Formats: sequence, C-alpha cells, structure tokens
Amino acid sequence: MTRPLIHLESIHKYYGDYHALRGIDLDIRPGEFFSLLGPSGCGKTTLLRTIAGFEDVSSGNMFIDGRDMKRVPANQRPTNMVFQSYAIFPHLTVAENVGFGLRRDPRPKAEKAKAVEEALEMVGLRGYGKRAAHALSGGQRQRVALARALILKPKVLLLDEPLSALDKKMREQMQVELIRLQRSVGITFILVTHDQEEALVMSDRIAVMFEGEIGQMADPETLYRRPNSRRVAEFIGKMNILPGHVTEGGPGVTVDVAGLGRAEVATEQAPGGVVAGDTAVGIRPETLAILFEGEETTRRVVEGVVDEVVYYGDMTYYDVRVDGVPEPLNISMKNLIGRPVLDVGTRTRVAWDERSLVVLAR
Amino acid sequence: MLRGYAVLYLIFLYAPIALLPIFAFNDGSIIAFPLQGFTTRWFSELWTNSALHNAVQNSLFIAVMTAVFATLLGICAARAGAMASFPGKQGILGFVMLPLVLPEIIVAVSLLIVLRQVLGLQLSNWSVIAAHVLICTPFSIAILNGAFQNLDPAMEEAAMDLGESRWSAFRLITLPLVMPGIVSSLLISFTISLDEFIIAFFLTGTNPTMPVYIWGLLRFPGQLPVVMALGTILVALSIILLTIAEYYRRRGLARAGVADTGGFL
Repeated sequence: MTRPLIHLESIHKYYGDYHALRGIDLDIRPGEFFSLLGPSGCGKTTLLRTIAGFEDVSSGNMFIDGRDMKRVPANQRPTNMVFQSYAIFPHLTVAENVGFGLRRDPRPKAEKAKAVEEALEMVGLRGYGKRAAHALSGGQRQRVALARALILKPKVLLLDEPLSALDKKMREQMQVELIRLQRSVGITFILVTHDQEEALVMSDRIAVMFEGEIGQMADPETLYRRPNSRRVAEFIGKMNILPGHVTEGGPGVTVDVAGLGRAEVATEQAPGGVVAGDTAVGIRPETLAILFEGEETTRRVVEGVVDEVVYYGDMTYYDVRVDGVPEPLNISMKNLIGRPVLDVGTRTRVAWDERSLVVLAR
Repeated sequence: MLRGYAVLYLIFLYAPIALLPIFAFNDGSIIAFPLQGFTTRWFSELWTNSALHNAVQNSLFIAVMTAVFATLLGICAARAGAMASFPGKQGILGFVMLPLVLPEIIVAVSLLIVLRQVLGLQLSNWSVIAAHVLICTPFSIAILNGAFQNLDPAMEEAAMDLGESRWSAFRLITLPLVMPGIVSSLLISFTISLDEFIIAFFLTGTNPTMPVYIWGLLRFPGQLPVVMALGTILVALSIILLTIAEYYRRRGLARAGVADTGGFL
C-alpha cells in the first residue's frame, strides 16, 4: 500500500467529561473519496474538525502527508474545508470570496484573477465573479464554497455535510458533480454525512462511526453486504434482523435462524467473527423474494401472510409475517410485467438463500 | 379612530418641541405669544458665551469618551453572547442589560456615594463618563447583538482555514460585517450621553456639562430665549445623529442580506 496521506493514531478527544472521540485509528490514501458516516452526535464532525485543525486532540497522533500536525494551526494545514453553512462572506463578491485564500499569494493580480476565473469555471459558475455573494441561491453558494476551498489546491478537501441544506433534486445533482470534480482534480476528499445513501453513492471507502468510535471501515459494497455488527447493519440500508443460534461445525458456520431453519454459511458471512451461542442474523429485503402464483424456485422457501403493502411505482414493499419470526419480514419486489400487487392477508411463499445471510456480532 | 389617536399623540409629543425654534427666532425676551418679529440675536449670544463653550466642550468630551467605552464593552459582550458559550451565560447577559431599566436617579446617587464616600475621589468629567458608560452599554449591546447574531461563526473559521490568522480573520470578516452596528452604537451612545441630565447633575465637578448649564440658566428669565436657541440646535443635532445611526444599522442588515427585525427608529 502506498503511504497514507492521512494517518490517525488512537485519537482521543474530551470536552470536559464528555468523551467525544474514543481512540480513532484511520489511514486515508491519496486521491481517495472517504466518508465519515454516522448518526448525529457520533463524533464525525468533531473528527473532521480535528483534521482541519479547529479542535485540538486530547491525545493521539495525526500525520498529514507525513507531517506531524501537533500544534499546527488550521491556517497552516494542507487542508481546506467546505462548511455545512458554506460560510460565504456576504460582504464580498463571488470573485473576492473565491480569491480570499490567495490574499497571501505573491503572484501578480492578473494571474490570481485568472485562477479565480478557472476555479469558478470548474464549479460551473463562469461569469458570476462580480455578483454579490449574499444574493446567491443555496446551490450556488455551495459551488462558491467549493471553488474557494479548491483554489488553494489543498492535499485534502474536508466537506462537512455539504449537501444537507439542498433540496433532494439539487442534492442528487451535486452528488454526481462532486464525484466528477473529485476525479478531475485528484484531491483527497473527506466527506462527513449522516445520509447513508449519499455515502454509498459517493465514497471509495466509508468509516461508520458510533459514539466516538469507528464501527466498521470498508468500501460501500462490503459495508452493505457484510456489515460486521447489528448497528452497522441497521444504519446502512434496511435489514431484517432475526434471532439465531450458532452451533459450531465444519469449515463454514452452522446457524439456526428463527422461522427459517438451519443454514450453513461461509465464514466471510460472519465478518464480525463467530462465537457459538445466541446471535442475530441479518437478511436484506431485496434478497428475499415473494413467489407469485405458478413461480417455482430451487432456493429455500417459507410460508407467510402479507401484513402490509406499500406501493412505490417501480417497487412494492411488503411486510410478511412468518411463523417463528418475531417481526414481519421486509421484502422489496420490483414491479415487473405481469407481477400482481398482493393484498394484505394473502398467504404467500417467500424464497430466501443461505448465501444472503449475515451473522452479526452482538 | 386609531389614526385620530396617533395624530393626537404626535401633537402632544412634538408641539412643545416645535415651540423651541419658534421662540428661538422670536425678537423678544419674554416667552409668550404674539411673536415680536424675527431675529438671530439669541444664536449670536450663544456664540459669545464662554461659560457655555466650556459646558459644550465638557459635554462633547464626555459624550465621545462614553461612546467609545460603551461601544468597546458592547462589542465584547455581544461577541461573547453570539459566539461563545459558558456557564450562566443567559443570566449574565440579562444582568448586563439591567441598567436599561434602572432609574437614573438611583444610579446617580449610588455612584455619588461610592465615588465620594467609599473611594474618596474628586468629582470630574471622568466620574460622569463612568456613569454614562454604565447607562449606555446596554443600548450598545442591544444594537450590537443584532449585528453579531446575524454572523455565522463558521465565517471566521473559514477565513482561518483559508490561511488568515485569528486576528486578521476578525479584521477581514467580522469587523466589516458588524461595522454598521458599531457606528450606530457610537452615535446612539454619544446622543444619550450628550443630553443626559440627572447623572451629570449629581456627578459633575466644578465645570458643568451642557444640560446642567442650561438648567442653571433657567433661573434667569432673561436668558430663556438663549436656552431656546440652544435647544433648537440640540434637537436638530439629535435628529441628525439618530438618522445616521439608523441608516448605518439598516445598511448593515442589507449588506449581510438579512431581514430587518426592529431597531430604534
């Protein structure tokens, strides 16, 4: 592996008695799009702010590009930040905002003006330089904040929930633009978000944080398919959680799943490790399938009763009650041609597969 | 109905003030109708009265000093209120605003006792300044609170993130954004101090301020038209200063692109 651009070693942060960061170890590679994901209050923003230099760490080591960041203030770090509120300077023009970081740059004025124009063009705001910053829309402010941070060509761009203030449509558009921008400039991005979908869409790797700790750090697919714990599984996407019981055995793992029966799973389906005894078993709604009239399968089948139906146009979401399973199973079905939408109370068969089970630690 | 009340109220409020310029230009030493004719004699008498000049000088000195100190204190309090958080913040900020509703006579008497009896100091312009700062600071805080609360605390951080030091971030970002509030606070504190009477009456030393001097003049009926002339100038000056202060306050809001929520005018 190439030398990490950011290296964090057992970072702790206390606010008085409150233990905000509890031993964060983290390596971020150059050019990576890295996300810190977690519920509010999990410490993700605190971690981002310690990297930016706005917060001191209580203990631990931080290196950026091989340089120890101890007592290096924010204005001397090779990082720039896009704030949640954008923090656009309202008394300056767009061009003055974007060029703010070049104040101490010794280059001649004309060159700096050109750099500003290029930065504006990069975020799609060509020709907006003379406008008053406070008159911009939310999406435009976001772009100005991006241009202002990127013009300094930082080693790392830190983004603190940059899309949370935008409406859904604008947010999705900016997600795509951010990914494209990151690829074209090649700068390492660290994104803080509480939106798991946003993290999955945009990131190369994601660290899921809970209560000041990293619960799991992996690429989006691993995180989704192989969560290492119940709280990660429940935070990322939707997951049916069933009680189970692991009995030791063989090269794989044998687990009794409530309502579904005994199943053999591979060891990588238990990424959090396996201990014999009671456990939780997860299965995603899209890996379960309703068997409609006349459909047959080689997969395993259980019977149940439709408890609730939510019709979404392209998809239908069912809750199906199965004997022995405490909570109804969530099942999502694509509305393909010829597929009916079942009524509540219909008896139906549900197909499932041993390969889509995840044995969850804790 | 409401309109009728409003008109009556305005007449009640401003009719006495309207008498000031009328009699200031009236050619007669008795304040009574009918008017005697136009003159600027009383204004020229103001011009040659050296005791009045001293009083005006005192008042200007006191008002300028008061404005500067009250505004400096106001900046500190408003910034702390908007950006910092500390235990007991609400209570402390509430207490800071208390002099706004404290009777001035009480402030005056208690300060007189503290200065003379407890500290054993001589009364001077500085004792008046101290008391005026006390009553002006809440006004200053009220004005500056508006300016600081509209500020996003992330803006100073953003400036630091872009390479500026803590001080230059304050100077380049926060200061220009709150400057209209500062100007407005300076002008209002100046105006309040300039025509404050009760405290000045208790705490001036040997040389009176202008309101105290005017009060002294009232004992001589022949001097009344001169007082009228002086009053006319003061009213004009107050109106001009308050208008400028309000102009700056509104410009500040417009600059930061936020909606207007109150103010003094």
